[in-house]
Amino acid sequence: MATPTLDKADAAGAPEPGFADSPYITATFRVRRFNPEISAESVWEDFQLEIDPKERVLDALHKIKWDQDGTLTFRRSCAHGICGSDAMRINGKNRLACKTLIKDLNPEKPITVEAIKGLTVLKDLVVDMDPFFQAYRDVMPFLITKETNEPTRERLQSAEDRERFDDTTKCILCAACTSSCPVFWNDGQYFGPAAIVNAHRFIFDSRDEAGEQRLEILNDKDGVWRCRTTFNCTDACPRGIEVTKAIQEVKRALITRRF
Amino acid sequence: MKIHKYDTVIVGAGGAGMRAAIEATKRSRTAVLTKLYPTRSHTGAAQGGMAAALANVEEDNWEWHTFDTIKGGDYLVDQDAAEILAKEAIDSVLDLEKMGLPFNRTPQGTIDQRRFGGHSRNHGEAPVRRSCYAADRTGHMILQTLYQNCVKEGVEFFNEFYVLDQLIVEIDGVKHSAGVVAYELATGEIHVFQAKAVIYASGGTGKFFKVTSNAHTLTGDGQAAVYRRGLPLEDMEFFQFHPTGIWRMGILLTEGARGEGGILRNKDGERFMEKYAPVMKDLASRDVVSRSIYTEIREGRGCGPEGDHVYLDLTHLPPEQLDAKLPDITEFARTYLGIEPYTDPIPIQPTAHYAMGGIPTNVQGEVLSDNTTVVPGLYAAGEVACVSVHGANRLGTNSLLDINVFGKRAGVAAAEYSAKVDAHIELPEDPAAQVVTQVERLRNSTGTERVAAIRLELQECMDANVMVFRTEQTIKTAVEKIAELRERYLNVSIQDKGRRFNTDLLEAVELGNLLDLAEVMAVSALARKESRGGHYREDYPTRDDVNFMRHTMAYREVGDDGTESIRLDYKPVVQTRYQPMERKY
Repeated sequence: MATPTLDKADAAGAPEPGFADSPYITATFRVRRFNPEISAESVWEDFQLEIDPKERVLDALHKIKWDQDGTLTFRRSCAHGICGSDAMRINGKNRLACKTLIKDLNPEKPITVEAIKGLTVLKDLVVDMDPFFQAYRDVMPFLITKETNEPTRERLQSAEDRERFDDTTKCILCAACTSSCPVFWNDGQYFGPAAIVNAHRFIFDSRDEAGEQRLEILNDKDGVWRCRTTFNCTDACPRGIEVTKAIQEVKRALITRRF
Repeated sequence: MKIHKYDTVIVGAGGAGMRAAIEATKRSRTAVLTKLYPTRSHTGAAQGGMAAALANVEEDNWEWHTFDTIKGGDYLVDQDAAEILAKEAIDSVLDLEKMGLPFNRTPQGTIDQRRFGGHSRNHGEAPVRRSCYAADRTGHMILQTLYQNCVKEGVEFFNEFYVLDQLIVEIDGVKHSAGVVAYELATGEIHVFQAKAVIYASGGTGKFFKVTSNAHTLTGDGQAAVYRRGLPLEDMEFFQFHPTGIWRMGILLTEGARGEGGILRNKDGERFMEKYAPVMKDLASRDVVSRSIYTEIREGRGCGPEGDHVYLDLTHLPPEQLDAKLPDITEFARTYLGIEPYTDPIPIQPTAHYAMGGIPTNVQGEVLSDNTTVVPGLYAAGEVACVSVHGANRLGTNSLLDINVFGKRAGVAAAEYSAKVDAHIELPEDPAAQVVTQVERLRNSTGTERVAAIRLELQECMDANVMVFRTEQTIKTAVEKIAELRERYLNVSIQDKGRRFNTDLLEAVELGNLLDLAEVMAVSALARKESRGGHYREDYPTRDDVNFMRHTMAYREVGDDGTESIRLDYKPVVQTRYQPMERKY
């Protein structure tokens, strides 16, 4: 006999038993399309879908690509908010398509989906991530210790010292924060929140010995002082990192030189 | 077409690929080709931890870990490899800590450890705290730490380069690796990478199942590339079904949840694992727990109106403990199910999780072209490979360990080989021919079949017929269905005919890989007339060490008339000090 439960789960496309309280709905997805092989201009295109509102926006994009228009292009991988591939602007806010349920988007109205801002759009929802990763690399995002003789065992770290930088270890480099930042939109030179978050992760790690160097990098004219504390980044972070707070802590460390 | 020349080329930038890259870059001119940006790989989705007998919180040693790994793998594990895995685990964890990995800490400031399925004190006496962890984000931390160190070492990445073919050249009757052929997603351009050594670290094949914890991108690309070039695949019938996937979605909820005290319950609220595994209970090995869950469901004790799932109950654990130790999985329950795990049990079902089988290698990561012959210049590590340290069933936390131990070993071995050989092997004439043909055929096809439809039928067929329970009849059904789908795949067409970021084309290529590998899995499963670890045959419910304590080796054969078939052969299991025993938890 076949594995028992799955026959029922297989009934994709029809309302599932046990979900009688949430029937399928018809929703419109308004996607900003761009393909320079076809046109230099982007255009909005509407797609209508029958979909369970408890599904993810990523599920909707897959349904469009698989059943309606195979040319729709976006990045995705894990589909549950861990890999950071599918940050996009959904109803005007930066989110991960795989962590956003349709029911939370007021699906009575068309749901808009477009590429994140401030990075060059290459095709549909795909942007050039290279400047984003360059800013990340610029803050020296790796543990630096001066000791030449490595310990045989692990370095000791108290649970409190470990907790000090816990929040910023959660970053998945999805660029939702950086591409929500008005300063970054207006001036691509700014490091952006994600790079500062990753600098914070090491500056406040008790094992690291290059905090001063990193602070000097961020003291640059394109560094932390460009932050205008609009909190867009904190709102955008799909991992719940208090990004603006982390940037403030870096600013404070620059003034007090204590971290 | 562009031709590049490197000493070492690594295919894949997950944990195994980046661990290898850190070593290879120090020793040789290295390129990493990855179809995703490095931090997107599925290593990041691993949650619970990485096993190592550090003995930081209670007595433990690597010999106990070796035994648990062999027993967990139902004695199909190569025991010499398991010993290396358990012994090198300790330095492997310490290496990561020195690279900066933020492990959770004990009150003394050492790396904290917790319980995990199948890991025991003194050969099965009681659960032991062996899993080194960082909340329920251990894989994420490993992936980030390895990427950080790749940045530090200046590793050269080719992001969104998709390897489609392995170049093999025969010299004096021995197959050698000459390099790989890759497709650049951004431009549609074909690239040939000539390399003295190639390491596959491209991950698993989970997307041939429908309910799976695997990413959309886990389509067995590395396995398919070498298999099509006549190299064998080992133990492909062994696939792990993780007990606790989110009901219907398959999203992983770590075994660490049970390690922290979580309990599985049926519709009567009964802690049913006490019946099936009196000592280890909810922390028995994954194959045992998954079968127990489905036994409960089949016997009418499943939960919900359809009786098609059971509960993972965390409600008796203090909210502070959930927040500190299991923050991500509790958030998944809130986000995707609208459930508050402080107060409500979480509906779960087993989810297709991990390929124990893969490209056969020895303990240096060298790929084998038969039971013993090494393919000079070809290496594999991580889920794509089969060393075999996991045998018929992998223990939780041994995969993050595997990628680090054998990723490092493959990286070192490949780079040393690159340094040792004088010259590159000459490329075959027109090296990109096969890839050009494949890509152009898909791009220009006017067939009527759709990729998504065939893929869904494949996934539904695999879930129904070769999942936790198998019989001759269900496997034969799968074999026939896969053959039909492979036939229909020849008539598949895509809508995107462009060159720029053509993910429509890549999904078609990936489906071809899944179909080939699903067939190998089903054919291998049909021939194994016993039950062992993750391969459970209801028509042969016991383990048969006389006839089947051996690894399956599957080869693709092409007849003179072009017809393809699969030839099965077998390889002995390496046994050192552990005699097979009945497996009880």
